[in-house]
Amino acid sequence: MSTKTDKIDRLAELTASTETSTGASLWVEAWRRLKGSKMAVIGACIIGAFVVVAIVGPWVAPYSPTAQLWRGEVFTNQNIFVGPRAENWLGLDHLARDEFSRMLVGARQTLLVGIVATLLGFTIGALIGGASGAALVLGGKVGRRIDTVVMRVIDIMLALPSLLLAVSIAAVLGQSLTTVMIAVGVVQIPVFARLLRGAMLAQGGSDYVLAARALGVRKRRIALGHVLPNSLSPVIVQATLSLATAIIEAAALSYLGLGNPDAAEPEWGVMLAQAQDYFDSAPMLAIYPALGIIVTALGFTLLGEAMREALDPKLRS
Amino acid sequence: MSLLQLNGVKVHFPVRRGILFDRTVGHVYAVDGVSLSVEPGQTYGLVGESGCGKTTLGRAVLRLVDVTDGEVVFDGTDLAKLPDEEMRRFRRRLQMVFQDPLGSLNPRQNIESILSEGMEAHGIGANQAERRERIRGILARVGLPANALSRYPHEFSGGQRQRIGIARALVLEPDVIICDEPVSALDVSIQAQVINLLEELQQEMGLTYVVIAHDLAVVRHISDVVGVMYLGSLVEEAPSDTLYAEPRHPYTRALMSAVPVPDPEVEDNRERILLTGDLPSPANPPAGCRFHTRCPWKQETRCATDRPELRDLGGGHRVACHWAEEIADGRISPTHNAAQVVHGGHTEPAEPAGSAESTGAAAAVNTGKTEKAATAAE
Repeated sequence: MSTKTDKIDRLAELTASTETSTGASLWVEAWRRLKGSKMAVIGACIIGAFVVVAIVGPWVAPYSPTAQLWRGEVFTNQNIFVGPRAENWLGLDHLARDEFSRMLVGARQTLLVGIVATLLGFTIGALIGGASGAALVLGGKVGRRIDTVVMRVIDIMLALPSLLLAVSIAAVLGQSLTTVMIAVGVVQIPVFARLLRGAMLAQGGSDYVLAARALGVRKRRIALGHVLPNSLSPVIVQATLSLATAIIEAAALSYLGLGNPDAAEPEWGVMLAQAQDYFDSAPMLAIYPALGIIVTALGFTLLGEAMREALDPKLRS
Repeated sequence: MSLLQLNGVKVHFPVRRGILFDRTVGHVYAVDGVSLSVEPGQTYGLVGESGCGKTTLGRAVLRLVDVTDGEVVFDGTDLAKLPDEEMRRFRRRLQMVFQDPLGSLNPRQNIESILSEGMEAHGIGANQAERRERIRGILARVGLPANALSRYPHEFSGGQRQRIGIARALVLEPDVIICDEPVSALDVSIQAQVINLLEELQQEMGLTYVVIAHDLAVVRHISDVVGVMYLGSLVEEAPSDTLYAEPRHPYTRALMSAVPVPDPEVEDNRERILLTGDLPSPANPPAGCRFHTRCPWKQETRCATDRPELRDLGGGHRVACHWAEEIADGRISPTHNAAQVVHGGHTEPAEPAGSAESTGAAAAVNTGKTEKAATAAE
């Protein structure tokens, strides 16, 4: 090779390795971008605060969330409520329980429902979608058949209004916190399945998959080693966003009275439902749990959106 | 004996409709009866406009698409009928370099993983250390730094990525490499580098290439034998110099006439054939000669009814035209309603945009791209 081409090569090398000489995988780069995103930092802070409250809440709560300590001060029939004061920071609820303690303790259940439900939907949905996508990528007539049948079932699930589906499941399984988790989780299944399958389908048609086949790589390795890892980012983003939806839906189911049968046990959705009756005279009782739900959902949404941007291959520098 | 021989290869893609049950409503005749042979150590160039089936043909050789009919004989074995697993093992000896250097590399794999994957699949090298040794050798050969191993595809330039693609094919020590538009995604200066690299490697390692390209200058530069494809079949095949000096098929002549000549005086006075009409759909190809709908030399008899076979005109020059001799001798002149033959001075030298608009013909569309490569090849 002439010196001229050598020079061009050297130039290309220099421009290719500005930052690191060891190379950064896409995950590492995404993490770097995520750290630099304001949205991600705010979202993570909100989520972090929420998780800390959920974990330590019951121990730091100044009063028992179920104890009715100030019975003589709240008279619902006369619309007399106690607002925020020194010993009860957020005031008292309709049964004269400390609202602040109930908010702290309630966070745990809300978080638990959100995480368990999303995990459930994510796991089952990803398994179904992954299997369907893998069948399609592995190819053949059988693979296409399997995919068609699975996807039509998923379509049917997707066609039902999610809240209606959740209500039906909760109605069949009876009233409990587990029911809420299952109901909310099941609703998420088709979303994850479709998303992963679609991503795998798109990746399956890409050039590097063709190149792997030309190289003589076995089909199973192509499906699991090439297609699946490249299809995960939209699903991970969706999982983060789903946490927000799951919390809202769990709250909605609790609000509808399908959650924990023990109404004394604090949960933001239940608290919102109970506060509804006294909304005219004590609106703050509804606003606290509502604000909790909204801010938490916002945190997950912010983080999810930031992750979507960080993982977007089009933004790759 | 030829190393690679295609006998009447057909690749038809079914067009399916239906929700639960697939119903085939038609076929796209992407490759429709191609026969050719490639000698060891040779470079066979395949040219043709977009959609003529040259890429599909290349993929059919590696069985990346199913061969509908015909034989792909590689070193005495018909690949078209091989069971999947045996075909997979044969791929060590037949490799491919892709058009899109970035798209054909998995973004989540580092270079070492990309290059060792093929060896793992074919059981080459006892352990990772041995494979790494081999990878280092190949990296040096294609002109990539050794510290590339732990880096990822997006950290390289286009030319470097294509070198990675070439290294990936080379590391298996194949006999044949099918290069599907190996340089069309690269800058002109980088195109020359990659082409030179391919040629050097061929000399060093005795490789056989099938180069697929739409770029006439690149193909001319690198090929020993060139085949011209139109709508799924080969219309002309000849040793590179012969084909460019005296193209015999009307389509080839139109294609060649679209290549600008660097000499302005020659450029002004040379014959240009502007094809009219669009490329017919490969789902519904015309009967008889595939080219008769656009051929300036179309005759009343045979063209629309008989499908011409490739005939040897001597010296390895094969043409699929009923009237090749008559056209070459000037006994048949082009009919002007079918196409426009422009001699110097009658119209302005074609600008790519203007001519593409007025003819819609691929021959003219190719002009822009060819121009680039002509510079590269000089």
